[in-house]
Amino acid sequence: MAGIELLSDQGYRLDGRKATELRKVQAQMGVFGQADGSAYLEQGNTKVLAVVYGPHEVRGARSKIQHDRAVINCQYSMATFSTAERKRRPHGDRKSSEMSLHLKQTFEAAVLTQLYPRSQIDIYVKILQSDGGNYSACVNAATLAVIDAGIPMRDYVCACTAGFVDDTPLADLCHAEESGGGTSLAVALLPRGGQIALLQMDARLHQDHLDTLMEAAMTACKGVSKVLDEVVRQHLQETSVLTGE
Amino acid sequence: MATVQVSEAEKLYVLHGVRDDLRVDGRSCEDYRHMEIETDVVSNTDGSAKVTLGHTNVLVGIKAEIGKPKPMVPDEGYLEFFVDCSANATPEFEGRGGEGLGIELSNTLYKVFSNKHSIDLKSLCIRPGENCWVLYVDVLLLQCDGNLFDAISVAIKAALFNTKIPRVHISEDEDGGKEIELSDDPYDCVRVNVENVPCIVTLCKIGHRHVVDATLQEKACSVASLLISVTHRGTVTCVRKVGGGSLDPESIFEMTETGKRVGKALHTPLMELLQKEESLGSKRQKVGFLG
Repeated sequence: MAGIELLSDQGYRLDGRKATELRKVQAQMGVFGQADGSAYLEQGNTKVLAVVYGPHEVRGARSKIQHDRAVINCQYSMATFSTAERKRRPHGDRKSSEMSLHLKQTFEAAVLTQLYPRSQIDIYVKILQSDGGNYSACVNAATLAVIDAGIPMRDYVCACTAGFVDDTPLADLCHAEESGGGTSLAVALLPRGGQIALLQMDARLHQDHLDTLMEAAMTACKGVSKVLDEVVRQHLQETSVLTGE
Repeated sequence: MATVQVSEAEKLYVLHGVRDDLRVDGRSCEDYRHMEIETDVVSNTDGSAKVTLGHTNVLVGIKAEIGKPKPMVPDEGYLEFFVDCSANATPEFEGRGGEGLGIELSNTLYKVFSNKHSIDLKSLCIRPGENCWVLYVDVLLLQCDGNLFDAISVAIKAALFNTKIPRVHISEDEDGGKEIELSDDPYDCVRVNVENVPCIVTLCKIGHRHVVDATLQEKACSVASLLISVTHRGTVTCVRKVGGGSLDPESIFEMTETGKRVGKALHTPLMELLQKEESLGSKRQKVGFLG
């Protein structure tokens, strides 16, 4: 890969991180009072807002109703000022529709939909600032929002991206590393059981490297799950203090 | 807009309260709710601001790009507004549901800013007839709790105050063609003068009186509203009646007077707050949505 050196000789990346280091993850639950559940998450410079409405009655097409489980409806959209170049349409383009479907698939694997037959759960994700790892940040923020809404899940859903440069796997790619043309693998993991909810890889990779890359991504996801767990416990402690328990 | 259902008894209660200058949350007819303003929340933009008015939450991002000036006014730059009613606010805005409201809001913003004194558009010109700065003002509606116009206009004023446009140098190369260079120094920038930027005041007529900063519940009890955009000097740049009911001329006159008074009083504390925030400089702790 000519051009920008993604990994220097001393083992430092473009933003000064080591190969397996994650970006700083900060999150806050219960950001909006009107929604059933909401969360805000920052993963490095990527900022995401997730809002959950539901479970409620299925709106719109009656054909969507499932008699034995809840329907999960996701929408992924980006703010027009989120990218370096102004985006004309917040959602409705192919990329956003694809991301919405991926999010739907991810959460159908984690949420206990059998508990809410004939109803609908809406998950809306908004990217306020985009700097790589959009999908992963969305999944992490949406997990917190679903927990804030009190909807039962099998496990946390944690996602992270991983790349491969000079025989070294890189964890949690930023925008420059993703668009550099190298391999990029996105994994959504349910950490306790080690179950994978979504797996997506772009660009070419030699099959011998696949195992190392998967391992790196799953370790990164487990790291993220620790942070999310911490955030949830802190939020629970804060709210229980306020309600006087 | 996200609506709330109110029963007849509730309507009567609100009506009687407003008649005695006492609203449901204890405010008087001309009081605003608690407003929180923070600038520079999104770093990808040239200027941004986040305003929380009660439960209404609005985020404005401004990006400055170089474009071609309009043929009618070759020595001026211009502003482009886009309002995104996101599904975060209410599930009804999912997909294309929020487009109607978004278009209505952005059209009103165009009208409010269309007069030549609000913003010095000549300062946005780079080369007359060839290049100018275009300010793309993107409004993101995160939560709706009534009084969207007021919150949006305050956020736009704060974001414009926060906007830093890079300085431009025009250099000539050998063939006589001109090249535009942007300054590399992030602190070498031009600020926008927001002194004359108007703020919108929405007045809702409830019974025989009118209220400022109505909540969704009060909006459901009102017949019609009047939108007035007022500058800090008390000049009115746009007046618009919204809503399905009808207003008689005396009401409109009274509401305009109230709007001018309230609008004029809104500017001074706003500018003080923005300047205080700016003076904290890099020491300011950015909160955003965390905490």
